[in-house]
Amino acid sequence: MLLLKYMKKILLGNEAIVQGALEAGVEFVSAYPGTPSSEIGNIFGNIAKKHGIYFEFSPNEKTALEASIGASFSGLKCLVSMKHFGVNVASDALLPFVYTGTKGPTVVIVADDPSCYSSGQTEQNSRYFGYMGHIPILEPSDAQEAKDYVKLGYQISEKFKVPVIVRITTRVAHQRMPVSIGTVKKAKPKALFVKDVKKFVTMPPRVLEMKDELLEKIEKIKDFHNIDKVEGKGKIGIITSGVSYLYVKEALDKMKLNLPILKIGMFYPLSEKKIKSFVKPLKKVLVVEELEGIIEKEVNALTNCEIHGKDLLPISREFNTDIVGIAIAKFANKKYKIIKTAKIDLPKRFPRLCPECPYWFVFSAVKEVAPKGTIFGGGIGCYMLAGFPPHQIQDYLLCMGSSVGIAHGIKKAVGDKQKLITFMGDSSFFHAGIPAIINTVFNKSNPLIIIMDNRITAMTGHQPNPGMGRTGMWDKTIDLKIENIVKACGVKHVKVIDPQNVNELKSTIKNFINKKEVSVIVAKRICALWARRMKRKGL
Amino acid sequence: MGKENEAKRLMKNFNILISGTGGQGLITLLQILSEAAMIEGYDIKTAELHGLSQRGGSINTHIKLGKKVYSPLISAGSADLVISLENLEALRTINYINPKTKFLINCYSLPFIGSLSEKEIEKKLKKIIKGKKYIISASETCKQELGKEVLSGVYLVSYASFKKILPIKPVSISKAIKRVIPKAYLDMNLKAFKLAQRDSK
Repeated sequence: MLLLKYMKKILLGNEAIVQGALEAGVEFVSAYPGTPSSEIGNIFGNIAKKHGIYFEFSPNEKTALEASIGASFSGLKCLVSMKHFGVNVASDALLPFVYTGTKGPTVVIVADDPSCYSSGQTEQNSRYFGYMGHIPILEPSDAQEAKDYVKLGYQISEKFKVPVIVRITTRVAHQRMPVSIGTVKKAKPKALFVKDVKKFVTMPPRVLEMKDELLEKIEKIKDFHNIDKVEGKGKIGIITSGVSYLYVKEALDKMKLNLPILKIGMFYPLSEKKIKSFVKPLKKVLVVEELEGIIEKEVNALTNCEIHGKDLLPISREFNTDIVGIAIAKFANKKYKIIKTAKIDLPKRFPRLCPECPYWFVFSAVKEVAPKGTIFGGGIGCYMLAGFPPHQIQDYLLCMGSSVGIAHGIKKAVGDKQKLITFMGDSSFFHAGIPAIINTVFNKSNPLIIIMDNRITAMTGHQPNPGMGRTGMWDKTIDLKIENIVKACGVKHVKVIDPQNVNELKSTIKNFINKKEVSVIVAKRICALWARRMKRKGL
Repeated sequence: MGKENEAKRLMKNFNILISGTGGQGLITLLQILSEAAMIEGYDIKTAELHGLSQRGGSINTHIKLGKKVYSPLISAGSADLVISLENLEALRTINYINPKTKFLINCYSLPFIGSLSEKEIEKKLKKIIKGKKYIISASETCKQELGKEVLSGVYLVSYASFKKILPIKPVSISKAIKRVIPKAYLDMNLKAFKLAQRDSK
């Protein structure tokens, strides 16, 4: 017992994922940062070399996944990490990768954010990708399971030659608990690409054979693992997965109930056998899962039992013990006590730019000189704070790179009746901004694009990007000049300005906003926090 | 603490809510508290937020300890102790507190446009806090004596331990500080711990 205690360490969910990958012997890791997944890449950036592992931050999630696909095709054990919207970007490569399958086992971490704590965009349920692409998905509920499931993911990937997604949510990624630590061996990657056209080329008619082979694999995976757990006893039961399991357990403890629970560890493919045998002796079942009720629909289709789920539980926003407790109380006809608390009206403290942030200069200059009625485009990064007071210059915001893509469409639609200034961060520029800028040139529109180049991917905690001269492992590399790329895209009006030169910035905005063609200002000044951290890091 | 008490205190989870604003070092406190709780043999779960919600906005972090902890989130009205690094943010914990909740508040304001006056905050605090409360000038003390306001968090957590409003012994807190804080900053953090010991008497 004492020994066991010493083998445990308090880990954040994301740290536990890194530990799991290390224990499994990961050799190649690629990522694009995004809350709540960012720490995974950050940690590998700092420890990869020590462990003989290759790590990179790639320009976006698709290139990150593709890097690992290449390494997997060459026989290496790979890990890719991204936030939920990252899968949307990566999906173009992910779906065929499931068809070709892996050579070196590959695990993809996907981090959803129910309640959108750090995610403008949508409250995405990435579990649907399992059904769309026939991708095995494991769903841990806490940090210990996050570690264990990553290791299991590698076993499944090794045996069935498919990539495996480990899907976490904010409350798993950013949950700390004591996690048991295993041994880690130093990686000794031995890569070789062995040509195999039948495996790596997804051309018809072979591609359809690949699909058939994949479906066969999925059938076998259904009952290969042993992580769907059954506990408790009684005539009515609960099926749950992910972090919801913890709320179910706590609520049942509070209610002093001991209902049968089927905790699903593998979300896709679901084990029909286990579900059927669990449900068979029961009169009714409550399915407790966050966001859209996918398991509920499956269970409904598989059995004739009375199934509850989204009739008692919300589809949007994350759960907690009280939400789940109330649903269980209704379902089981029992009482669940909620502690009533008082309410108080307090002024909201909005997130805000750091005191010395260079963006202050840009926003205030834009606000001062933009003609009345100017439309302001927003994007993903610290500059989305443009939407909060005191700035309030953000009229639309969707996803990475779209600040410019949509600006083009608006300008094509409204013409010169309305002016448009749109912001884009340096990391967004490399991520998905370049094709959008090309579109403004190619299809002739004239927004004013201000690239907020603060020399780092700041919002997610200072990760390197292609425009700052360092790789994910902090090795020196080329510092790609944004202005050169913009010029190469065909933009004629381009100026690099230190936003502290407020007058120059203001006069350039005034000049550029009246141009007939697209114009770009690169507002270049280092993130104040990063400048300090860089010194501390000795860079 | 006697053996009987020890067993008793493990019966029910102890829930600590730490509130403040992004950049005040709340996550370091979470690390120290969970490390210290593990040293004492508790099970632990914590919850925190990163990214956008961290940029100077209001944040609260949850830490639950006990014999067995499931959910990382504290339920409505179930906080046993609130440690707040900022006055107004102490008010924002209202959904988590009950008449027995103890409060340890840093007498420190980070005002913003539209914020409440200190008097109003004080009035509201008086109204909502029914349990024991300690309002201490942690930031001021740390700034005056150690030159760094940001040490106020470690000071507060240590203070809570010395005052026994936290079921974790000071020796475990200091051990945890040594494990969590990087070498370059360890000395000043231990000084904050010592200051809390002095001031808690």
